[in-house]
Amino acid sequence: MDNLSVEHLIGIRDLTKADIELIFSTADNFKQVINRPIKKVPSLRDITIANLFFENSTRTKLSFELAEKRLSADVINFSASGSSVSKGETLVDTVNNILSMKVDMVVMRHPNPGAAKFLSDRIGAKVVNAGDGTHEHPTQALLDAFTIREKLGSVEGKKVVIVGDILHSRVALSNILCLQKLGAEVMVCGPTTLIPKHIDKLGVKVSHNLRHALEWCDVANMLRIQLERQDIKYFPSLREYSMLFGLNKEILDSLSKEIVVMHPGPINRGVEITSDVADSKQSVILQQVENGVAIRMAVIYLLAAKIERQ
Amino acid sequence: MENQVILNSKQFELTINRLCHQLIEAHGDFSSTILIGLQPRGIHVLKRLKARLEDILGKEITCGNLDITFYRDDFRRREKPIIPSTTNINFSIENKNIVLIDDVLFTGRTIRSGLDALLAYGRPNRVELLTMIDRRFRRHLPIQADYVGKTVDSMISERVAVEWKEIEGEDRVLLLYTLEGNG
Repeated sequence: MDNLSVEHLIGIRDLTKADIELIFSTADNFKQVINRPIKKVPSLRDITIANLFFENSTRTKLSFELAEKRLSADVINFSASGSSVSKGETLVDTVNNILSMKVDMVVMRHPNPGAAKFLSDRIGAKVVNAGDGTHEHPTQALLDAFTIREKLGSVEGKKVVIVGDILHSRVALSNILCLQKLGAEVMVCGPTTLIPKHIDKLGVKVSHNLRHALEWCDVANMLRIQLERQDIKYFPSLREYSMLFGLNKEILDSLSKEIVVMHPGPINRGVEITSDVADSKQSVILQQVENGVAIRMAVIYLLAAKIERQ
Repeated sequence: MENQVILNSKQFELTINRLCHQLIEAHGDFSSTILIGLQPRGIHVLKRLKARLEDILGKEITCGNLDITFYRDDFRRREKPIIPSTTNINFSIENKNIVLIDDVLFTGRTIRSGLDALLAYGRPNRVELLTMIDRRFRRHLPIQADYVGKTVDSMISERVAVEWKEIEGEDRVLLLYTLEGNG
């Protein structure tokens, strides 16, 4: 097993455990590379990658772009705002126009669930999903699991609780699938309105009590409340949410063991996590960001290896 | 045709000893010299040389491992991607004398990648090449070794295998007859 079983990275759902382990072992090497004086390797000199961001992003976009540049790929960037999308061009037309400029791989973020799959069925280039609506965000899940593996030695047998807006979160779904494939136990925790109805079908535990969830877990992944995706009020006020489901130093210190605190960013300080927790030594938020580049380098490298030479 | 033993374990040891003395001749007390083994098979040569050199000189010698996977020129030309090994260079190579170490010098492409990979760590004073086996007349690039264990004239269809006590059970070098030859 030294090749990915998939042609595109659409979601964690399509990956096998061996795929994930291959990505991790490759990312280990890239993590060394990005900590060297010259943080660049020439592997992808002949590959061109288009980053198509139809939705706002800071971290993911920068992280992908950096990963691509550190692999020596040529990079073109596109954001929906200020483009012909607002003139009524369809997704496939937009992408085909970009591809006719000889692009080998597309990294796409899109507000519609399934957009990455839709695209991969219709174009010749490799597709990497950088988040499609509320569906999946595979590289985030990979870097989260990679960070857990780095911090705790392995993912297998670890207990991870994902707290917050599970309903609107692509990070939550990808994380659940990824952690389960690697043998971790997963719990979701949040207000009833923000937990999808049949989520227990995925084999996850459900809790509505933050303290119980934290006592149970080894790792707490605190998600952001995605106000931009919420069309109705799911809870009375942010203040109430943060009192019931926000992670503060007081709860963290009262636990019987030291847990690892994660957050996929962007942080809403004082809502899902207080500043002193976000900046504490138990928090691995910045390691997650660093690992993100290594993981994305690994994913792009392994997918690029499957591009046929003309 | 049968496989042919080029070096048996006795000759193997003599060769390692000679290479060590040649290195000492050129590098003295190794105060500004670093030995770097190329992954995956060069590190076995390195380990052996390091142990013997430390025996002779009675001091520790700075060594590192270098993986060249991401610098290869055959990415996407192979069926399967090559799985990288670890690079282990936790020191500055700035202004040092570097000896790159590999088991078999064949086309020279690995060494070309090795030089690229090495220079990502800084600017060494000079770089030399030590190889256990030099397959003469098979070079694709203008690269020659400074220290050679044994020179072998071989056909393209043959493969040279350097085997180690720690891995294959015996120190020896074999000439194998295969369909594809050395990668």
